[in-house]
Amino acid sequence: MRETNGTIIRAEGLTKVFTLPAEEIVAVDRVDLEVERGDFVTLMGPSGSGKTTLLDLLGCLEAATSGRLIVLGEDVSNAREDALVTLRRGRIGFVFQEFLLLPELTAIENVQLPATFARNPLSRDEAMELLGRVGLSARAKHLPKELSGGERQRVAIARSLAMSSDLLLADEPTGNLDSKNSREVFELFRRLNDDGLTIVATTHDEGLGATANRSIHLQDGRLTA
Amino acid sequence: MIAFRLALRTLWRKKIRTVLTVGGVAIAVAVLVSLLAFDEGYQRSLRTDIDRMGYQVLVTAKGCPYEAATLMLKGGGGLRYMEQDVHDTIVADERIHEIAPQLVATVYDTASGSMGMYVGVTGAHRRLKPWLEFHEGGWFTNEVADEAILGYEAAELEQRVVGDRIFVPGVGKVFQVVGVFERTGTQDDGVIFLPLATAQSTFGLDGQISGIGIRLKEITDLPQFEEDLYDVPGIQVVSMAQVKGTILNLMSSARVLASSIAAIAIVVAVIGVMNTILMSVFERTRQIGVMKAMGASRLDVFRVVWAETTLVCLIGGVLGVLVALVGGGIAESVIRNILPYAPSGRLVVVTAPLLLLSLVGATFVGFVAGIYPAARAASMRPVAAIRSGE
Repeated sequence: MRETNGTIIRAEGLTKVFTLPAEEIVAVDRVDLEVERGDFVTLMGPSGSGKTTLLDLLGCLEAATSGRLIVLGEDVSNAREDALVTLRRGRIGFVFQEFLLLPELTAIENVQLPATFARNPLSRDEAMELLGRVGLSARAKHLPKELSGGERQRVAIARSLAMSSDLLLADEPTGNLDSKNSREVFELFRRLNDDGLTIVATTHDEGLGATANRSIHLQDGRLTA
Repeated sequence: MIAFRLALRTLWRKKIRTVLTVGGVAIAVAVLVSLLAFDEGYQRSLRTDIDRMGYQVLVTAKGCPYEAATLMLKGGGGLRYMEQDVHDTIVADERIHEIAPQLVATVYDTASGSMGMYVGVTGAHRRLKPWLEFHEGGWFTNEVADEAILGYEAAELEQRVVGDRIFVPGVGKVFQVVGVFERTGTQDDGVIFLPLATAQSTFGLDGQISGIGIRLKEITDLPQFEEDLYDVPGIQVVSMAQVKGTILNLMSSARVLASSIAAIAIVVAVIGVMNTILMSVFERTRQIGVMKAMGASRLDVFRVVWAETTLVCLIGGVLGVLVALVGGGIAESVIRNILPYAPSGRLVVVTAPLLLLSLVGATFVGFVAGIYPAARAASMRPVAAIRSGE
């Protein structure tokens, strides 16, 4: 089923249960959620509230136990791994708390990598333009170890832009940054959203929460506001 | 291409680990290439040595025929002798194309610490070995002359040219050098030839010979000819084809042993490569998770890891081949010192097909060694991989 309106994510009764030997943990509990194209949404809540698991579900990195999920017009509720890979490839960008750049590759090569997997290589000029958008043109040839934490996260954001110009999912993007770098990332997200990018980010950071268009709060896997 | 670029960078990042792993593969490949090259070289040289003896049948005094044949090939003490009359008995056989009696004697030179090999021959020797050419000088002036013809290497070793005199230690005789043969690449190069009668009197073996080399007009007559000779008393008949087969059979046992060692070295190298790549996969679990999150398929991840093992084995293979090429000379001199008999040609012969086979083999081993680590990496779930370090 393909959605044609401006809704980029629609979750209905989305539930994720982790089954451990001794117990079952309901990480996400019957979440209903809609994200419109151009939205900037933060998922907030205490540790263990299910923010990251919900983000993984929305990013098609994890399959839900039950419920219905439509992402970028595709119903992925019961999709197979191959279909999820195809959807992620080139359509959903990810930013992680620990940057997770490939240490062997330079900044520009890290940016170019996702397009390679999408069989749609990114030219050097295109990659430089993305690095320019995050203010790192001068650092293109540097390895991750030669960059500061804030710079690494900005490279990771440029990489996520290479993955998708539609949807960016960020998991605690400022969790490993000091306040100055956190502020720069907020401002960058704000500018990218102003340019039309849809962003969903988990955060503990009230500052990032205030930058977003709206914040959604989770408690014990359920939406509270 | 991205897979190979990533693999190269990863290997470069972990230099010591890469060097050790590549070194293991290189040693295994070097051992294997050396063994196969030795096998090839030894067989070639043995065939050349035996074919260049010029005869198909060797008649020797009764005793161990193979020992006699080997001593005639290699030289050394312990030769048995027989009466020259045997030659006169056989020579009339119409099936014979050439027949050449010879007397082999070895003399230990206490001054140089080396063993000199002297062979008494008649004019038939040249007809048996028509490829023998003179580097300088010519044949003996008569059948009892105190003259010597030197093999090419013997002339180099003794530093003698035509016209010089050569002293035979132990027997106290001096000979005039009348000829030096061109290099043949066989045992003949190290021999000092004397007229048969001169050799017999010099070494106190009048009327005696070590063996008779015979070449037949028709090779198909060989089995019957050999059988007929069994009736002549006091002699042994040795087919050179049998000698060749026996020596190669003896070598095959050593070959099996050495091949087993090479196989073990390869298995150890494969396990080493697998272990290294698995460690690399475990260390990069989160990166693999990110690659999958970015849309890398199982095949993409498989290729990245597989490229690593293939590169390790390919680089190890190239280095191993180089080591085998460079070390071939050293291996040859060591082997010559160990083996009781070694043919005179090159013992370690690295051929182009062998090089190609080794490189293809090393790469194939890389493919095999990479399957498990690559499959393991490819099957990781992205979320589990990304969150694995948390």
